[in-house]
Amino acid sequence: MTRTNDIILRTTTTLIAFILLGFSAYLFFAGHNAPGGGFIGGLMTSAAIVLMYMAYGIKSMEKILPINFRHVIPVGLLIAALTGVGGLLFDQPFLTQTFAYFQLPILGKTELATALLFDLGVYLAVVGVTMTIILTIANDRGEEEGV
Amino acid sequence: MSNLIALPIILPLIFGILVAFIPKKRKLSRTLSQVFTIIQLLVVGYVFLHVLQNGPLILETGGWAAPYGIIIVGDLLAITLVLTTNIIAAAAIFYAPQSLSKQQEEFYFYSFFFLLIAGVSGAFMTGDLFNLFVFFEVLLMASYGLIVLGNGKVQLRESIKYVLINLFSSMLFVTTIAFLYSVVGTVNMAQIAVRVQEVEQQGILTTIGIMFFFVFATKAAVFPLYYWLPRPYISPNPVVSALFGALLTKVGIYSILRTFTLMFNQDVQLTHTLFIYLAAFTMLFGVIGAMSTNNIKLVVAYNIIPAVGFMLMGIGIFTETSISGTIYYLVHDMIIKAALFLLVGIIAYVAGTSDLRKMGGLIHHYPVLGWFFFVASLVLAGIPPFSGFIGKLLLLQGGLAQDEIMIVIVALLSSLLILFSMIRIFIRGFWGEKTENPHPERKPAASKMVWPAGVLLAMSITLGIGAEWFYPTISNISEYIMDPQIYIDSVLKE
Repeated sequence: MTRTNDIILRTTTTLIAFILLGFSAYLFFAGHNAPGGGFIGGLMTSAAIVLMYMAYGIKSMEKILPINFRHVIPVGLLIAALTGVGGLLFDQPFLTQTFAYFQLPILGKTELATALLFDLGVYLAVVGVTMTIILTIANDRGEEEGV
Repeated sequence: MSNLIALPIILPLIFGILVAFIPKKRKLSRTLSQVFTIIQLLVVGYVFLHVLQNGPLILETGGWAAPYGIIIVGDLLAITLVLTTNIIAAAAIFYAPQSLSKQQEEFYFYSFFFLLIAGVSGAFMTGDLFNLFVFFEVLLMASYGLIVLGNGKVQLRESIKYVLINLFSSMLFVTTIAFLYSVVGTVNMAQIAVRVQEVEQQGILTTIGIMFFFVFATKAAVFPLYYWLPRPYISPNPVVSALFGALLTKVGIYSILRTFTLMFNQDVQLTHTLFIYLAAFTMLFGVIGAMSTNNIKLVVAYNIIPAVGFMLMGIGIFTETSISGTIYYLVHDMIIKAALFLLVGIIAYVAGTSDLRKMGGLIHHYPVLGWFFFVASLVLAGIPPFSGFIGKLLLLQGGLAQDEIMIVIVALLSSLLILFSMIRIFIRGFWGEKTENPHPERKPAASKMVWPAGVLLAMSITLGIGAEWFYPTISNISEYIMDPQIYIDSVLKE
C-alpha cells in the first residue's frame, strides 16, 4: 500500500486544533455565567487531541504530548474531591463553595470561585476518560496484528 | 459537627482515588488498602457511636437548606448498615491478596473496591431520590468493573447479562423519578413524604410506588425478577462474589424499606399484600434453586434469594416487630453471606473444583475450614444460639400476630430447606474417606484466607448470643422507621 500524502489534513489540523483548544478553554471558563463548564470543555479538548492523533499518528503524538491519560483521571477526581473536602477545614459543610473578587492585571476586577477548581477536576477527569477510551480501543487493533 | 456523617462516603472515595495512582505496585497498594480500610472502619465506628448517643446526624451539603440542597441523613438504620458494610469490606480486603491473581490486582481492583464501598455507603445515607440513583450508578459502575476483572470467558458472558439487566432497571429508575417529580415536584425524600399525603389522586402515586418496587426488586432479586442473579454472582473472584452477595441486593432491600415506610405508605392494603405474596414465592423459588445444583458456589448464590424473601416478608407484614425482624435479618444476612461466599471460595480453591460430586474428605486436611463452614450453615438456617434465629423469630412473631399463617409456614419450610441445601455441601464435601490431598501446596494460602471469614463468623455469633445487647437498638430503629414524621421533622426542621 502506498503512503497517502495527507498534507492538507495536517496543515488544517495545526490551525483547527488551536481554535478548538482555545474554544474549549473559553467554554471551560464561561461555565459560571453562560453555557459551558468542565464537562463540555473537557470533551472539546479531547476532540482537539483526537484530531491531532488522527492527523499525526500515535507515535509522533506520544512525543508531542507525553501524558499517560490514565493518570489524568485520578488527578481530576482528586482535585474535585479535595475541593469538596476543603470546606471541612473552615468548619463549613462538605461541598461548600465560596468566591471572592480579585483585581487581576489584565482582566480587571474578576470573580474567582472555588467552583472553578471543582470544574477543573471534572475537566481533567473527562479528558482522561475520553482519551483513555479512544486510545485503548485504537491500540487494541495494533496488538492483535502484532505491531 | 455534622460533617462527620459525610466521612463514610468521602473516605473510601479519596482512598479509591489514591490507590488508582499506583496500580502496578501491588505490595504497596495492598498494604495501603488494608491500612485505609482499618482507618475507615474506626471512623465509621466512631460515627456510629456518635449517632447512637446523640441521635441522627443530618448534613446539608454546600450549606443549602433541606428541600433545596442535597441532604445526607445519617440515622441509626443507615449508619448501622454502613458500619456492617465496612466490617465486610475489612474482612474482604484481608482475604483479597490470597485470592486475586497478579493481573487482577494490577488492574485497579482496589480502586473499584473502594468506589463500590463509597457507592454503597452513599446509597444507604442519602436523603434525596435522585442522589440515590446516582449512588446506585456509582456502586453499579464499580461492580461492572469488578465482575469482568480477569476477563474469563464465563465472566464476559455473565457480565453482559448483569450489565443489561442493571442498565434496564436504572433506566426504569430514572423514568419513575421523572413521574414522581411531575406529580409532587421534588426529589427530596422528606418533602416527598409530606407532599404525597397532599396529592388528591392517590391512584397515580400507588402506580409510581409499584414502579419503584419493580426497580428495587430487580436490584434486590425478588421473585419474578431474580433470574439474572445467581450466575453473574459466582463468575467473578470469590472476594468479589462476597462483596456482591453481601452488599448489592441489600441496597435494593434497604431502598424498598425506606421507600415504602417513608413515602408510599398510603395504600398499605394493596402494596404490602403484594409484598407478602412475592416474598413467599421468592423464598420457595430461591430455595428450590439452591437444592437443584451441585455447584457449591451456586448453592450459596441461590441462598441470597430466600434471604431477600425473608426481609421482604417483614416489610410486607408492616408491624414494629416484623420491621425489627427485617432489620435484624438484614444485618445478619449481610455478614453471613459475605462469610459464606468467602468460605465457599476457599473450598473451591483447595478442592480445585466447585462441583460437589468431585470432592470429599476435606475435613481431614482442613478441619478449621470445615467447622467454620458447619457453623456458618447453622447460622444461615437460623439454629437458636446464632443470629439467624433472632431475625427469623421476630419475623415469624410479626407474621403470627397479623394472622399471616401462609407466609409463616412457607418461611419455616424454606428455613428447613436452606439448612438441607447447606448441610449437603458439608456432608458431601467434608465427610467421607480420607483421600490424598489434591493440592497440598494450597494449604498455607487457605489457612490465611480462613481467618477473615472466621472474624465475620465471630461477628455473626456475637450478634446471635448477644441479642440482648443489640435488640434495644434494633427496636429503636424500627420504632423510628414506623413513624416517618420523625424523619420528616429532622430533615425539614419544622
